[in-house]
Amino acid sequence: MPKEDNIIKPCEEAAKRIRRNIVQMTYGTGNAGAHLGGSLSMVELLAGLYVGNIRFDPENAEWEERDRVILSKGHAAMALYPAMAEAGIIEEKELSTFKKDGSRLGGHPSLNGLPGIEFASGSLGQGLSLGVGTCLALKRKRNTASRVFVFLGDGECDEGSVWEAAASAAHYGLNQLVAVVDINSIQYDGYTDDVLNMSPFENKWRDFGWDASVIDGHNVAEILNAYKHKGDKPFAILAHTVKGKGISFMEDNWKYHNASLTEELYKQALEELEAAI
Amino acid sequence: MIEYNKRNIRTWSLLGPSGAHGTAAIELAETNPNVLMLTADLCFFSGLERFKSAFPDRLYNFGIAEQNMIGAAAGLAKEGFIPVVNTYASFCTSRCADQVRVNMSYMKLPVKLIGLTAGYAAGVLGATHMSVEDLAFMRALPNITVISPADCTEIIKAVIASAETPDPTYIRLTGPQNTPIVYKEDYDFQIGKAVTIQEGEDVCIIATGSMVYHAMQTAKLLETEGISCTVLNMHTIKPLDVDAIMEANEKHKLLVTAEEHNIIGGLYSAVSEVLCRGGIHTPVLPIGINDFFAHSGSYPYQMRESGLSADLMKEEIIKKL
Repeated sequence: MPKEDNIIKPCEEAAKRIRRNIVQMTYGTGNAGAHLGGSLSMVELLAGLYVGNIRFDPENAEWEERDRVILSKGHAAMALYPAMAEAGIIEEKELSTFKKDGSRLGGHPSLNGLPGIEFASGSLGQGLSLGVGTCLALKRKRNTASRVFVFLGDGECDEGSVWEAAASAAHYGLNQLVAVVDINSIQYDGYTDDVLNMSPFENKWRDFGWDASVIDGHNVAEILNAYKHKGDKPFAILAHTVKGKGISFMEDNWKYHNASLTEELYKQALEELEAAI
Repeated sequence: MIEYNKRNIRTWSLLGPSGAHGTAAIELAETNPNVLMLTADLCFFSGLERFKSAFPDRLYNFGIAEQNMIGAAAGLAKEGFIPVVNTYASFCTSRCADQVRVNMSYMKLPVKLIGLTAGYAAGVLGATHMSVEDLAFMRALPNITVISPADCTEIIKAVIASAETPDPTYIRLTGPQNTPIVYKEDYDFQIGKAVTIQEGEDVCIIATGSMVYHAMQTAKLLETEGISCTVLNMHTIKPLDVDAIMEANEKHKLLVTAEEHNIIGGLYSAVSEVLCRGGIHTPVLPIGINDFFAHSGSYPYQMRESGLSADLMKEEIIKKL
């Protein structure tokens, strides 16, 4: 694993490639479209983990001391797959099969032989419980090397089961559990504060017995710093992000929660990403 | 090793289904280091207090948070443990239906789910604590084995057998404390293999769970009327013992299904599906709960009100003959 000072730049470059892949994957779905907004918002969070931090051996996907990654907000699979490609877990060329018939890369992750996918997801509010069970198992096995990263959306945290899991994680002192919450402030029907106001959101995690760190979810240095956290409690990384980040007409626009791209918009999106590179 | 002798069988019957579950838990803990018990604030009620004293670090109490318990069990199962998970049948099926569907069915994670007080066993607490639709739901989920043991001895055998398979499993516990004894001595239990309790010529009562005993009582009453009955213990609802149903059809004039469950979606449906698929037109008399919610009441009261007592079953069968 490279030293942290040396990985900021590689993570940022990986993030740019992941965004380009997301746009291409969406365009590849034709009229079906894909979950653009919430995939683009978590690109740096995934790049920081997969490029800079993860314990994972692509040659041995069942390595006991691997980190377990659970994409509880399964609709952001389109960001996860390219991040896995950056870590060499899958080949980049497979990304073009996204959402195609017979592909391993479905619209939500499933247990279909893809290495590094611990659980299927898609039904929101379930990943943190799976993380709780996984951490209990790691403790029983005296595996202190692995960590369990659960990626949640802020809208997903409307689900009561998230908070059942949060309470039990603190109760059992599961300090290998890291919840990464992508706070992009928009869910299907609009701004999260308008649909179901959960504020004060950040205090809730601490009140449930977690350590929590509030960061800028697009600042790689802050992300890498958060991933270094060690403590006695489960840890929540509360990452403020921009839905649709990186493409002007998608940013902070709820219409791009799930959308397709015309050829014109596809080209514009790629041009904007190229200009940023 | 657990001994299936007459004394133990009598004791298990006195303890009831939860006590039998607790007895199986101890046996599993002693024989398989990967077995863990999970409950949702029902350690005492589910018969696990002795387990808690003997194996405190192998019991997880998740509080009254069933959805999280199922997810956590799935996480433990994925990592190679065998979580045996209990709460009221209604709360571990319909309450957290999506967790069961996604984790046990879709992902095939080998959680062993124990539904306490299925049917009317908790009937005095009202319809919220009854469970008369769990078979319908669990049966519709791919990959899940569904078992409905006939008495406390069979509960112990089923729980132990389920832990030895790699399949996600649902075991529905019916019957009151002082559970009637179907098996007075040891017998061969295999998941998916129905057991013939007694053989007759006219009627075959295919029964499951608590209704196996009532079917035996019904058969005795019918015998006094000159009607001879086969009683088949269909302890596994899925995968269903199709051969046993086909054989019963060939040998009898009338098939009867008996279940402490809604007649929609449970054993009656399962048996009818088999016959229908085979193009067989033998009439099947459904004995079960006729698609209604009962109000709170004692177990014997509920059973009579739903027509599940032996005398009422006898009348129905005679009418149908």
